[in-house]
Amino acid sequence: MALSRNRPSPQRRLVYVAAGVVFAFLLLPLVVILPVSFTSSDYLGFPPPGYSLRWYEAYFADPLWIAATLRSLAIAGAVTVLATALGTLLAFSIVRGRYPGRAVVSQIATAPLAVPTIVYSIAVYGLFSTLKLVGHWHGIALAHTVHALPFVVLIMGAALRTVDPAQEQAAMGLGASRLGAILRVTLPQLGPALVSSAFLAFISSFDELVIAMFLSGADMTLPKKMFDNIQMEIEPTVAAVAMLQIALAALVLALAARFGSGARVLN
Amino acid sequence: MSAARHDLGPFAAGTLPLLFLGVLFLYPVLRLLLLSVEGGSLAAFEKAATDALYVGVLFETVKLSLIVAAICLALAYPVAYFLATASRVSAAIGFGCLLLPFWTSILVRTYAWTIVLGRNGLVNRLLVDLGLAAEPVPLLNNEIGVVVGMVHVLLPYMVFPIYAVMLRIDRDLAAAAAGLGASPWRVFTRVYFPLTLPGAFAGSVLVFVIALGFFVTPAILGGGRVITIGLLIEQQVRQFLDWPFAAALSALLLATALLIQGTFQRVLRGEARWH
Repeated sequence: MALSRNRPSPQRRLVYVAAGVVFAFLLLPLVVILPVSFTSSDYLGFPPPGYSLRWYEAYFADPLWIAATLRSLAIAGAVTVLATALGTLLAFSIVRGRYPGRAVVSQIATAPLAVPTIVYSIAVYGLFSTLKLVGHWHGIALAHTVHALPFVVLIMGAALRTVDPAQEQAAMGLGASRLGAILRVTLPQLGPALVSSAFLAFISSFDELVIAMFLSGADMTLPKKMFDNIQMEIEPTVAAVAMLQIALAALVLALAARFGSGARVLN
Repeated sequence: MSAARHDLGPFAAGTLPLLFLGVLFLYPVLRLLLLSVEGGSLAAFEKAATDALYVGVLFETVKLSLIVAAICLALAYPVAYFLATASRVSAAIGFGCLLLPFWTSILVRTYAWTIVLGRNGLVNRLLVDLGLAAEPVPLLNNEIGVVVGMVHVLLPYMVFPIYAVMLRIDRDLAAAAAGLGASPWRVFTRVYFPLTLPGAFAGSVLVFVIALGFFVTPAILGGGRVITIGLLIEQQVRQFLDWPFAAALSALLLATALLIQGTFQRVLRGEARWH
């Protein structure tokens, strides 16, 4: 197999065709939902018998859908601020710290990733039931912050490792305070990573269902309301909501690719 | 700088987030795990290990996760290869195709599959119209639907580690093997493929472990007929309020996930040192 970029061998073409089929599989559900969300029918089916905006109108006209959306936005906003702030502090502690037990701190920081969401959900549900925090959006925001924190620590930690501490020391040598050096010298270089962290924290909370399912009570988040609608197969409003969420994901992806640390984090 | 050794600034920066994780993560998880042995009894674990119904659920979960991991591996390999070797523009488009679903919520994607796989869905419409099936084939509320949905969600987790390994492979190695007379197939099986194994291994472990704890996809696409450990835990807490049993199942799931991750991480790290 010739591995030069300019002369694709027949074998490599075959692999590329296979990759194309898999890409089609990945996009298929997202593409199919587009026409279905514009259906004029009361039932889901493909292809739709006719097209209309009625399910989008139904979403925007329903105070319950809008309340769930606003609630999810508020929670995701709080999670973005909390997780980005706490995660950045923790990443700084792990990358720049020279104290004993740093490895343990690093383990704890990413531990929420190793615990299945269903396990964490019932654990925090058990705790919040005794604290009477179930049914409050604050409780969901706190649990979602735990969920988002490891991503922020990983992204910010990776970015922080690329900034030479000597720059901070130089700034301090020139009279800057420790905090001043961090805020004026280090933090500006972490901009793209901060943007990526914030987007990831936001979307991880906005999309999260399992934790919210246990903690939300009667005041549902958007994913919880969608889940209930899907389970009861009520009507295609949820298709319109799903389409709006795909559009949101595309927007966030485009913004993260433009302003975030993007693909570098993946490598 | 001798002061650096006693520099507690960074440690202080981490205390607040650590306290946060201690109170809102470590404490509730430990509290839950302790519930599984409430009153010093192992009855909850005994129930999970001996009742045929629950053993069946555990078996089903492992089987499902293995199938999903195997399919993901087969599908991810060509995708990762494409991303690692295609031209810059093609690779960017490929990343878009991979990342748009990745950034779309699991719930939305799972819901979309109900439209694709349903009785009046796209696939059945095609099958019937093309005369490949006399009547709609059941693709939902069974294992097929759950596997398709889970593969769709977990595929990127398999692609990323394989892609990362492929990027690091020295292109001259394959060229050297070809120059020494190896056929393209031999170059692939003897040189390229073995070098990508650590990535395939890491991706498989990751996908398998995440699949074990899946909830949303089996809940929606399984239609109550595919019960995984995640669904069982939810049911025990919400319907039966059987906290000790739910806690025991959680402990089993968590221990399995940590054990697999720990073991394979050690293996992978050992391999990395050996090379």
